[in-house]
Amino acid sequence: MSLLIDGLSAIFLLAGGFLCITGGVGLLRMPDFFSRVHAAGVTETLAAPLLLFGLLLQMEWSLDMLKVLMILIFVLATNPTATHAMAKATLTGGQKPLVADDAETRGEDASNS
Amino acid sequence: MMTAAIVAILITMILALVRAFLGPTEYDRMLAANSFGTKTVLLIALCGHALSWHSYLDVALLYAMINFVGTIAVMRFFENRKDDGKVETGEGR
Amino acid sequence: MLIAIVAIRMRDLFGVVILFGVYSLLTAVLFMDLDAVDVAFTEAAVGAGVTTVLLLSSLRLTRRWEAPPKHNPLLSLLVVGVTGAALVYATLDAPLLGDPNAPVHKHVTPHYIQRAAEEIGMPNMVTAVLASYRGYDTFGETLVVFTAGLAVLLLLGIPELPKSRPHSSAIDDQVVLKVVVKLLIPLILLYALYVQFHGDFGAGGGFQAGVIFATGFILYEMVFGANNAHAVMPPAWLPRLAALGVLIYGGVGLVSMMAGKPFLDYSALSGDPVHGQHLGVLLVELGVGITVFSIVLLIFYALSGRKRQP
Repeated sequence: MSLLIDGLSAIFLLAGGFLCITGGVGLLRMPDFFSRVHAAGVTETLAAPLLLFGLLLQMEWSLDMLKVLMILIFVLATNPTATHAMAKATLTGGQKPLVADDAETRGEDASNS
Repeated sequence: MMTAAIVAILITMILALVRAFLGPTEYDRMLAANSFGTKTVLLIALCGHALSWHSYLDVALLYAMINFVGTIAVMRFFENRKDDGKVETGEGR
Repeated sequence: MLIAIVAIRMRDLFGVVILFGVYSLLTAVLFMDLDAVDVAFTEAAVGAGVTTVLLLSSLRLTRRWEAPPKHNPLLSLLVVGVTGAALVYATLDAPLLGDPNAPVHKHVTPHYIQRAAEEIGMPNMVTAVLASYRGYDTFGETLVVFTAGLAVLLLLGIPELPKSRPHSSAIDDQVVLKVVVKLLIPLILLYALYVQFHGDFGAGGGFQAGVIFATGFILYEMVFGANNAHAVMPPAWLPRLAALGVLIYGGVGLVSMMAGKPFLDYSALSGDPVHGQHLGVLLVELGVGITVFSIVLLIFYALSGRKRQP
């Protein structure tokens, strides 16, 4: 039984860690603010509960488990809200997303090469 | 396994910091700072359990709240700066 | 340290503020590693949270880009370098961190560590030292916070808001944000109360709780506008609340004196001395929390209400 719990915890932690790194790489390599916000927001909002579940499975029964659950719920509620608010504020502030139609020359280059 | 997850979080924090230094517009820096904050919450939670810190969950929960408030504050800062030349009285904040 | 160097060299003040927030955060993690949880708590709440918000509010009132310096900094660099080198040379003689034979660990510290549990009856030694053994110093700190708030009130004042709001800001159509924040603010305030009253047992206490409570109100003002915020917590009340907090603290000391014991000796407050200590610590932490909350909110109101000078 404890082997099952350890295994599950390991899977959750690994998946969460992988998603974190994916989000970080996306943050660096994406060409435009809106794609970065999408990458960072989605991966973080999924990685946090996975990592916290992995942590939860490794703890003993105590009040701390309830606190981890509270952190989980809080992050799950505020991270998408903050991402949405940032994207909306940026759009109102005047940034335009990089759309494929704008990059027509890029498309021509791709078809030429 | 915990170590692998902690190392992954640290790598992501470094990547977010690089974006905070680079990011051409301020919005990129704001996004990177928010990411950094979320990762710090996870780092404190995992490291606290692994290294047996005291009351680490309280600090993690606190920082989750503070991160959110900080991101909203930065957004308000930009929104007010954008109305620079247009209106001289706003709602005051 | 790299962050500090970059923050000093950067000319973009907004970037500097964000970097200071990140620096504060890393310092909080470092404090956690050194097992100083209460300090980490306060650093995270104040340094990464309130300070960033207040600096951004004041940055709104001034220029964003720092003007290049008008004088040659070589002489000041020399002075700072020599002083820094002298200080580092002086620390070479200091005992190692955590050395049990260091003088600071020999004087009153063993007494506090061994006797705190039975004299004060509180698991959290930090609160025992802060509120009971060194209660007079904490009274001074509370008065310092109060004076800082008075200074801000005298210098800036809290401006009257215009009655009409001619233009709607971008944050007005952020429906998702408003709904979520409406749900979150009661939780933030509840957490602040938990931190206030749990300070005897875990990390926490009056200072952190006051800051978190103020953060809830600051969030409300940022999302719903200054008019709503001033309706919820009128600015005229804040100096009164701050004074009330200081009076509670001093009042506890005076009650002890009236019972015949020295100033701020809590064992005079009840028949059983340990019970008196509990009661005393509860009351003074409450006073500290009220004062810190009202002063932080006062400074925020003062900064955020000013119009930008054109």
